[in-house]
Amino acid sequence: MENAQYEKKVMKRFFNPKYAGEIKNPSAVGQVGNAACGDIMRVFIKVEADKKTKKEKIKDIKFKTMGCVAAIASSDAVCEIAKGKTISDAKKITKKDILKKVGKLPQIKHHCSILGEEALLKAIENYELRTKLHKA
Amino acid sequence: MDQQIIYLDNAATTKVDEKVVKAMLPYFSEKYGNASSMHNFGRLAREAVDNSRKIIAKSLNANEEEIYFTSGGTESNNLALKGLFLANKSSGKNHIITTKIEHDCILQTCRWLEKQGAKITYIDVDKHGLVNPLDITKAITPNTLVVSIIQGNNEIGTLQDTAEIGRICKSKGVYFHIDACQSFTKSFIDVEKQNLDLVTINAHKIHGPKGVGALYVRKGVNIQAIQNGGGHEHGLRSGTENVPGIAGFGKAVEIADKKQLKNIEKLRDYLIKNILKIPRTRLNGASKERLCNNVNISFRDIEGEAIASHLENYGIIVSTGSACASHTLKKSHVLRAIGLNDLEINSSIRISLSKFTTKKEIDKLIRVLPSIVNTLRTMSPVANNQINRKGGKMTKIKDKFTEFAGSFKNEGEFEEELEEEGLDPEEVENKHFEEEN
Repeated sequence: MENAQYEKKVMKRFFNPKYAGEIKNPSAVGQVGNAACGDIMRVFIKVEADKKTKKEKIKDIKFKTMGCVAAIASSDAVCEIAKGKTISDAKKITKKDILKKVGKLPQIKHHCSILGEEALLKAIENYELRTKLHKA
Repeated sequence: MDQQIIYLDNAATTKVDEKVVKAMLPYFSEKYGNASSMHNFGRLAREAVDNSRKIIAKSLNANEEEIYFTSGGTESNNLALKGLFLANKSSGKNHIITTKIEHDCILQTCRWLEKQGAKITYIDVDKHGLVNPLDITKAITPNTLVVSIIQGNNEIGTLQDTAEIGRICKSKGVYFHIDACQSFTKSFIDVEKQNLDLVTINAHKIHGPKGVGALYVRKGVNIQAIQNGGGHEHGLRSGTENVPGIAGFGKAVEIADKKQLKNIEKLRDYLIKNILKIPRTRLNGASKERLCNNVNISFRDIEGEAIASHLENYGIIVSTGSACASHTLKKSHVLRAIGLNDLEINSSIRISLSKFTTKKEIDKLIRVLPSIVNTLRTMSPVANNQINRKGGKMTKIKDKFTEFAGSFKNEGEFEEELEEEGLDPEEVENKHFEEEN
């Protein structure tokens, strides 16, 4: 079925999100909610240091989202972008990157991609807080 | 489209009945005269308009000259309220009573009228969407002009006690207008027995064409036109009559069969019963006082547009009250008025049946819905049903608390839910902290 609001690429991701789920012992979790739409997104990340470069990388990432088609598809897209990135690179992911990955969304749904950006940042923030505390 | 469509959005619009199409066809390029023309060719069109007027008047127990054709429900509702207000402005009657669950065309008209000096009272409804007629009595003042109420609600299907409210209006000398767009030919409407002064009806919700409706106005009601022109429809609604549309409207009313309503209602109840078997669902709207074709359900922890999109993938068309699906991200004011919280509003879908709906179609919906709900709940950070499967009371409790801690629910509700499941809220909280530390 075609959907008037979303292009095929978005629907495909919505129906088969690769990163939906949770990580058993995550390095950190980030959750954000969007009051305007009622969407809630939780991101789980597993961070490990790269054997060669020693840089911290997002080795695994999963999401759980309550929301509309755009919210779920955007969640999956942000995970796909972030996976394998170093923490510092992952921090640079913006809603623009997410929109590019997920496909064309109606203007009114663009805020859903911000949700993805914010949830990831929150997870990273929590991770850094946790490691800082650990070191202290 | 290669997939068979199961159309369950009949509260939005309906399929035009083939008999209706047939009745309309001659008036496009055969008998295409202007119904207002003096010549015989115009008379052919006039006859079609008059015939429809007769059929519609009869269906409401009204007189033919009390039926005014319009372009649809929105126009009829605008005409009713604005026309009454403007005609009675000088008499000081500037107070309108309506409800919080009206269609936007009534609510927006009321907002506009407020700017023109009208005083509007928006009556609350109970959790089923029912207006308490006593509240109407209490709201009526010496300046009250009209009480305007939606008979069958377009979102939750709740039917109001039209007869009782009509009795109150009559005894108080106040005009009574009902918006019957959803209920026309589905519920009992009798302008005499229910003391109705104005009734809004339209064609496209009853297997007629879009772009045509009517307003019943009781003889003697002081109302004026809101659009100026050639004085059509006894001067109340200028504009060349939409002859094919009106011919189709009449046919749609003529073939509306009361016997079909029982069938639709049966299917509706069968559907409701089966959807409610899915855990953490609730029916929105009244269960008894309900349009025969309306089902409105909230599914905890998931979002309506997502549910509707999954259903559409199976060819099943429904609508949702979720803000995510609206053009403005505005949440349903109707679901808000019956006390639903944001999450419940966003998790609602409306399924509306018609005479064309089959049991086979409903069975397909019942078959695919549980797995869709499960898929989305598994993906939802606030749901805990997937935890149940893993077993272990503690995991479940912990997730419950996380849900609570997310403050997406109010505390009382959370505790209530725990108690329902035989858990002590305090114990849950303590255990959670033990685990955390």
